[in-house]
Amino acid sequence: MNRIVGRTELGPDVVQIELEAPDISRRRKPGQFIILRVDETGERIPLTIAGSDASRGTISLIVQGVGKSTKQLNALPAGSTISDLVGPLGRATEIPAHGTVACIGGGIGTAVIYPIVKALHETETHVIAILGARNKGLLILEEQIRALADEFYVTTDDGSHGRKGFVSDQLHDCLKAGQNGGRKIDEVIAIGPLPMMKVVCQVTKPFAVRTVISLNSIMVDGTGMCGGCRVTVGGDMKYVCVDGPEFDGHKVDFDELSQRLRTYREDEQRALKLYVEGSRP
Amino acid sequence: MAKKLVKTKTPIPCQAADARRANFLEVALGYTKEMAVAEAERCLKCSNQPCVAGCPVEIDIPAFIALMQQGDISGAARKIKEKNALPAVCGRVCPQEDQCEKVCTMTKKFEPVGIGRLERFAADFEAAQAFPGDNGASLPARAPKTGRRIACVGSGPSSLTVAGDLILLGHEVTVFEALHKAGGVLVYGIPEFRLPKAIVQREIDYLSRLGVEVRTNTVIGKSFTIDELLGEEGYDAVFIGTGAGLPHFMKIPGINLPGVYSANEYLTRSNLMKAYRFPEYDTPIVRGQRVAVVGGGNTAMDSVRTALRLGAKEARLVYRRSRAEMPARKEEVEHAEEEGVIFMMLTNPTRIFADEGGRVGLMECVKMELGAPDESGRRSPVVMPGSEFTLEVDTVVMAVGQGANPLIRATTPDLKCNKWGYIEADEETGRTSKPGVFAGGDIVSGGATVILAMGAGRKAARAIHAYVTSLPRRAETGRR
Ligand SMILES: Cc1cc2nc3c(=O)[nH]c(=O)nc-3n(C[C@H](O)[C@H](O)[C@H](O)COP(=O)(O)OP(=O)(O)OC[C@H]3O[C@@H](n4cnc5c(N)ncnc54)[C@H](O)[C@@H]3O)c2cc1C
Ligand SMILES: Cc1cc2nc3c(=O)[nH]c(=O)nc-3n(C[C@H](O)[C@H](O)[C@H](O)COP(=O)(O)OP(=O)(O)OC[C@H]3O[C@@H](n4cnc5c(N)ncnc54)[C@H](O)[C@@H]3O)c2cc1C
Ligand code: SF4
Ligand code: SF4
Ligand code: FES
Repeated sequence: MNRIVGRTELGPDVVQIELEAPDISRRRKPGQFIILRVDETGERIPLTIAGSDASRGTISLIVQGVGKSTKQLNALPAGSTISDLVGPLGRATEIPAHGTVACIGGGIGTAVIYPIVKALHETETHVIAILGARNKGLLILEEQIRALADEFYVTTDDGSHGRKGFVSDQLHDCLKAGQNGGRKIDEVIAIGPLPMMKVVCQVTKPFAVRTVISLNSIMVDGTGMCGGCRVTVGGDMKYVCVDGPEFDGHKVDFDELSQRLRTYREDEQRALKLYVEGSRP
Repeated sequence: MAKKLVKTKTPIPCQAADARRANFLEVALGYTKEMAVAEAERCLKCSNQPCVAGCPVEIDIPAFIALMQQGDISGAARKIKEKNALPAVCGRVCPQEDQCEKVCTMTKKFEPVGIGRLERFAADFEAAQAFPGDNGASLPARAPKTGRRIACVGSGPSSLTVAGDLILLGHEVTVFEALHKAGGVLVYGIPEFRLPKAIVQREIDYLSRLGVEVRTNTVIGKSFTIDELLGEEGYDAVFIGTGAGLPHFMKIPGINLPGVYSANEYLTRSNLMKAYRFPEYDTPIVRGQRVAVVGGGNTAMDSVRTALRLGAKEARLVYRRSRAEMPARKEEVEHAEEEGVIFMMLTNPTRIFADEGGRVGLMECVKMELGAPDESGRRSPVVMPGSEFTLEVDTVVMAVGQGANPLIRATTPDLKCNKWGYIEADEETGRTSKPGVFAGGDIVSGGATVILAMGAGRKAARAIHAYVTSLPRRAETGRR
């Protein structure tokens, strides 16, 4: 049982949740995640650790309500408890000590990139942050990340804030600038919806820039026991929960993963509908 | 006056095959007391006791059966418990035909005594007696506190045995389990219809009442390392019983299509996460109409019978050797057949194709024939050229073996492992290359059986007790 000690709404159905988890808060590193179960009938869902406060023994999660479990979690008031929490899981991000790194966050991926930007900020790395969302209202953590980045850009699909277009357009311009005497980007870390990460990889490929992405395959145990999270990277089978979640984006088989993410689509929609209607058995 | 020998085992009442294939309730219903006593009467009380030697933990089988003949079921249960802490589990899942019952004198001419069924009956009978209002008064005595602390990693049968033995010797014991529920394969792997989860929970609760601390949601190698357990966490010794929980996949095209599962995932979703009760429980599972399970062991059998219960119209077992080589328990194979599982022996998948929606649609297989025996003495299957054919499938479950999970190995460099990644441990003591660290069960032996894991735990517990009691007193500093 872990207690929710605080919650802040960051955007439409995006909630930052502070949870009591002293052991995890002491050990966790950027890029790692936890798996939780809201209640006794709940499923095990993976969520990135967005931050921690070791002195208070808490970790924070930033959760987007996309389906039954995340919506249920986001509806919990401060003071309530969830039944299970395990972590920190996965490998930590390799944080470069210097050079120039472009950090790209799309949608809820911004929550995942945030602790990485924070860690990079502590090094000599020059951080270019590019955040994207469909529209202004969906953008999260803008001020927090702006304060940590050396260069900062925002794009929205509809142009309601920042540049109209995609994060990949902005990244392309930054990479081009690097070729034309501007600052050269040594590494790109891109985290967001799968199609976004796929496009980012297509953009960086011709520039031969190392591109790290964080995969969100469907998980059960998170310890390498079930193989449900498997992906193909460079022709090899990898488990996202123990070998990842971050991989070299130029080697990932995106189509296979996006196919796998659709495995339970109908069941997910059914569960969500029953939950919203309050008619779950 | 010689009593008349009854040639066959007293049949165990079961749910009818067409009823049980549609539910997850236990298949075998168990003996009544009359049946148990009748079956016990079949025992010849052999003076050479071959059955005892056939049991990996050497239960005094003739003695417990003699008590049952007298109608003293509780006495029989206590007799069994002297050697086996989980009789309700072993009576259900032991491969008796390869162990105690294989060498029973009765098999010379007739069917063996139903030792497993009797063990199960005794355990269930005793639990039913003890339970209502049992406030722990009947707990065995614990030795005086030693102040020694032991960490058991994993909560499968090996760790549970270590914990149960060491707590009675006066040590403090903590069991660390990665998942949210303790029990190992007994809860996430073996289905409810073969081993009701309430039985496993009863055993865990019993350990808790004895004083064992069970910490779920803790992954050793991530939450804490082995060195941290021995260091700042203040444990004097660690037992590693993490099982063989790394699924193997065949290296064939299409293995990552949606609808292709490892048996571990398929069974974990269904058993641990209760996907068979979706949407009451949140975890979904593909409810295939045409399911192919690849493999011939208990894991394969459990998967294919789960598929039936999830509503499959066709549940096939695809196995590359013949029926005689199937490692699964005989009783489960028979049960599966009665339930309508289609056995496709001497068949091996070569490719899996997607349907137009991108999910599993077809599986290509080849026919096999048995060649010369290999090193293990088993006749190895060889492909019959040109025998390719395809099966229409919408779900494929791979139950082709397990490996060693690398999490602990990767974070404990001085722990010696063999080339397959299993921990090297002394067979008699469970001692590993690392001082204070012991190991047993599937993480040492590779996938084996519940009773062998328990046997390894028993030996390790003995060695751990000797080890921690010989340690100089630890300074109080450095403890939590
Ligand atoms: C390593 C990792 C870190 C993650 N970090 C975060 C985070 O910090 N914040 C956040 O909001 N979300 C994060 N996710 C995604 C989050 O786990 C899913 O959104 C959640 O499991 C969906 O559950 P649901 O019942 O609400 O929705 P469902 O109804 O189950 O699914 C809705 C949609 O989410 C996708 N989905 C379902 N299950 C998963 C899953 N286990 N992982 C990924 N996608 C899934 C489905 O494809 C579907 O499109 C992370 C996922 C992974 C693997
Ligand atoms: C589907 C299936 C059916 C079977 N049927 C039979 C049968 O009928 N009869 C029979 O005798 N045997 C059967 N077996 C085999 C038997 O279950 C195993 O041999 C036995 O459970 C091994 O016990 P164990 O103590 O080694 O560990 P396991 O039972 O494998 O348990 C290990 C536990 O450790 C946990 N763990 C792993 N890594 C960590 C970590 N780093 N930190 C914390 N916890 C960790 C795991 O989550 C797991 O709960 C079956 C196996 C399977 C998979
Ligand atoms: S524990 Fe297993 S092998 Fe031993 S007597 Fe019982 S059923 Fe037979
Ligand atoms: S070998 Fe069989 S008949 Fe003989 S004592 Fe054992 S159980 Fe009884
Ligand atoms: S989630 Fe099960 S192996 Fe990764």
